[in-house]
Amino acid sequence: MEPSELKRSKDSPNLDESTRRSSFPDEVLERVLSLLKSHRDRSSVSLVCKDWYNAERWSRTHVFIGNCYSVSPEIVARRFPKIRSVTLKGKPRFSDFNLVPENWGADIHAWLVVFAAKYPFLEELRLKRMAISDESLEFLAVSFPNFKALSLLSCDGFSTNGLAAIATHCKNLTELDIQENGIDDKGGSWLSCFPESFTSLEVLNFANLSSDINFDALERLVGRCKSMRVLKLNRSVSLEQLQRLLVNAPQLAELGTGSFSEELTFRQCVELESALSNCKNMHTLSGLWDAKGIYLPALYPVCTHLTFLNLSYAALRSDELAKLLAHCPRLKRLWVLDTVEDKGLEAVGMNCPLLEELRVFPADLFDEEIIHGVTEAGFVAVSFGCPRLHYVLYFCCQMTNAAVATIVQNCPDFTHFRLCIMNPGQPDHITNEPMDEAFGAVVKTCTKLQRLSVSGRLTDLTFEYIGRYAKNLETLSVAFAGSSDWGMQCVMGGCSKLRKLEIRDCPFGNAALLSGLEKYESMRSLWMSACNVTMNGCRLLAREMPRLNVEVMKEDGSDDSQADKVYVYRSIAGPRRDAPPSVLTL
Amino acid sequence: MSTPLEHDYIGLAETSSMERSSEKISSSSSSSIPSNIEDKTTNNPSLNLKETELRLGLPGSQSPERKLSLFGKDLETNDKSNGFVGSPLKNLVSGAKRGFSDAIDGSNGKWVFAINGKSDVELGKGAVLASPRGGLDSKTNPQQVRTSVPVMKEVVGVPQSPKPVQDKKNLVPPVNEHTSAPAAKAQVVGWPPIRSFRKNSMASNLAKNSDEAAGCLYVKVSMDGAPYLRKVDLKTYNNYREFSSALEKMFSCFTIGQCGSNGDGLSESRLMDLLHGSEYVLTYEDKDGDWMLVGDVPWEMFTDSCRRLRIMKGSEAIGLAPRAMEKCKNQN
Repeated sequence: MEPSELKRSKDSPNLDESTRRSSFPDEVLERVLSLLKSHRDRSSVSLVCKDWYNAERWSRTHVFIGNCYSVSPEIVARRFPKIRSVTLKGKPRFSDFNLVPENWGADIHAWLVVFAAKYPFLEELRLKRMAISDESLEFLAVSFPNFKALSLLSCDGFSTNGLAAIATHCKNLTELDIQENGIDDKGGSWLSCFPESFTSLEVLNFANLSSDINFDALERLVGRCKSMRVLKLNRSVSLEQLQRLLVNAPQLAELGTGSFSEELTFRQCVELESALSNCKNMHTLSGLWDAKGIYLPALYPVCTHLTFLNLSYAALRSDELAKLLAHCPRLKRLWVLDTVEDKGLEAVGMNCPLLEELRVFPADLFDEEIIHGVTEAGFVAVSFGCPRLHYVLYFCCQMTNAAVATIVQNCPDFTHFRLCIMNPGQPDHITNEPMDEAFGAVVKTCTKLQRLSVSGRLTDLTFEYIGRYAKNLETLSVAFAGSSDWGMQCVMGGCSKLRKLEIRDCPFGNAALLSGLEKYESMRSLWMSACNVTMNGCRLLAREMPRLNVEVMKEDGSDDSQADKVYVYRSIAGPRRDAPPSVLTL
Repeated sequence: MSTPLEHDYIGLAETSSMERSSEKISSSSSSSIPSNIEDKTTNNPSLNLKETELRLGLPGSQSPERKLSLFGKDLETNDKSNGFVGSPLKNLVSGAKRGFSDAIDGSNGKWVFAINGKSDVELGKGAVLASPRGGLDSKTNPQQVRTSVPVMKEVVGVPQSPKPVQDKKNLVPPVNEHTSAPAAKAQVVGWPPIRSFRKNSMASNLAKNSDEAAGCLYVKVSMDGAPYLRKVDLKTYNNYREFSSALEKMFSCFTIGQCGSNGDGLSESRLMDLLHGSEYVLTYEDKDGDWMLVGDVPWEMFTDSCRRLRIMKGSEAIGLAPRAMEKCKNQN
């Protein structure tokens, strides 16, 4: 469901007196609307009439802001007085892959300052791709006495000192979820900052960090937090230590192990297996860093109930995976490394009929002499065994049009199809043709498709297909593809529900950019880098569409007329004032 | 051999802008380099940078302004059939700590320690590299390399790789300096699209791969051109000689065993033979992620630090950083 952006929702014309008198009293309306959780629903509700708009804004406790620059904290605070939970996303997604300059922005601090004034009772903050400093974390920790949940995903700018501040001051903390951030890991002492009286933690995820933590402190913490249901350890925690933790936390629903590879005696293995088997609620398992095949059997008792198994940090071979999966019949989500190869994926198809989501990550990006990893065969094998598959992220070294056609025939319900053929522009490896027909098959067959990432050698035909058939498409990622402006024009013209478009290294120029003129205000954002867009094209766009922010990031030494990286997004807050010098707002 | 292409990594020739470079990826199967590039490279007036320009020459082509000394002799007189003339590529052996000319002083075979001890990752921080404009069909567009500061980093040499032009891989981001990528291909920023955290985790996973159960030390051995790798247990050998003969048996076309019968390990002269005459060079990746020439350190030290091995074609193993080249030129 689409999280609602803070659209410029105008008040509908007032209803006339008679209608208003017969409508619900405000309190009742608010009570009813407070049950609405979905942002899309809330957004729709707010557009009905002025009463409903007000009732909605007074009853809303969670706000989701998909682009932190689309709105200002003041505007948010003005509209929604009772927010207790905020989700904010900042940088464009390609910042995850180093395509966005370091100091681009998306700093949380200005938001925190406003929240401290307007939402002193704030409880939850979930950030994605924001810049957050230790000072901000400390400010957060001391400004909100009710603060409960902090989740940081793919953020940067902070260190473990900031975590220490959170642990020290947030007396009511229930969730500390630190995932895949650019964190400066200065050591594990932050964990010891939780006071001995502190017992409320339910979610603790520090898998992102590598330093050793004080295990005794952790053991005591886990022991006294009886409501803990999610615990994701970092690599420094050994198997033996894991066992000790599990003995005190059999209620865990999600476990991320630490390192899974040290030498264990037989007795220790038995103890570990026994501790795991006591975790009757466990449905999610991850971590398993450096997992050695010989210790995997300890997991078998847990596997029967598992619905999500994340092996993306465990370089398992195909036989090891096969043995493990034989015990995981209920699996719905599986993340693996391509070390399992096609054979491992065959085992997926054979053992996991309920599978809905599969992600295959590349293990060794640097070992180039030998082709390994997965091919089209593995994906096809999964599709035969897992008809419910609807989410796939697949990094492979080769693919064919025919294979993809078979896959979507077997699994027509794809909502998220992200295929990454790792050689940019690589054609069908059997026919040597472009991969146009593959993605054509995807969009024609998978009518529910919301998210698509394309790769391989693609001509404009792919985009014609997308524009013509992908009517529910919301997010599209394109790299090293297309032949001319026409490709992008097809997408802009055809995909009515498109919200996020990110393009890199494609031959799309100004005509393509400008073909979306009318569309961008209904989208969250557009990213185009290393395409053929010029500054003039961007200026024209900015001029024609004043409610869009058109930002250009220039590279050193590039041609003055080229717009190397373009980021366009709608905003009711106007152009931002915190852009670094390398980012030009037109 | 392949690569009838001249690669201009810094692209000094094309424009006066020193920071543009054409990203050229060697390929035996396709030629995508505009021929105008070659002409310009020899005419570039900015001589200083010329010294550091990385190029692969066409067989038979010369780079008259450059004096190269590699393996103790001028490259110009090298056998052209290698397809390698002119400037050596920086760091063909991904992250090789020192070039051979640093290690070999002139003709007497004495080892000279390189100052350039650090891996190339340290030549500059910040992700760099190629982002070819307009997709891969741009045979007529000079491709620009977008570089952030500084330019030189990671414009890593692309040896003659039999892989197609489109083959590009990503780079270990500078967050973790110790895992320099064995970059046999040119790098594309941000591709494949994997988050830094995951890349770093996988890179340090590699570090652990060779530590198997105590008592044996299995490391992977890959050989250029071989369809599969082998694994050897380093603990079963006592010295370089045993090791190299075992490898020779494993990879029967491997010629390292041609070294003479000098006593312990690979002596200087043996390695000289290796570099000059034999077809293959044995290199290894050490704990820091740097690619080193086998034979420099005592055997025990080698087994302690070796993570994996690669048998490279000798012509590819011209791993010199440009500065090292400069230094060596000055020394000569």
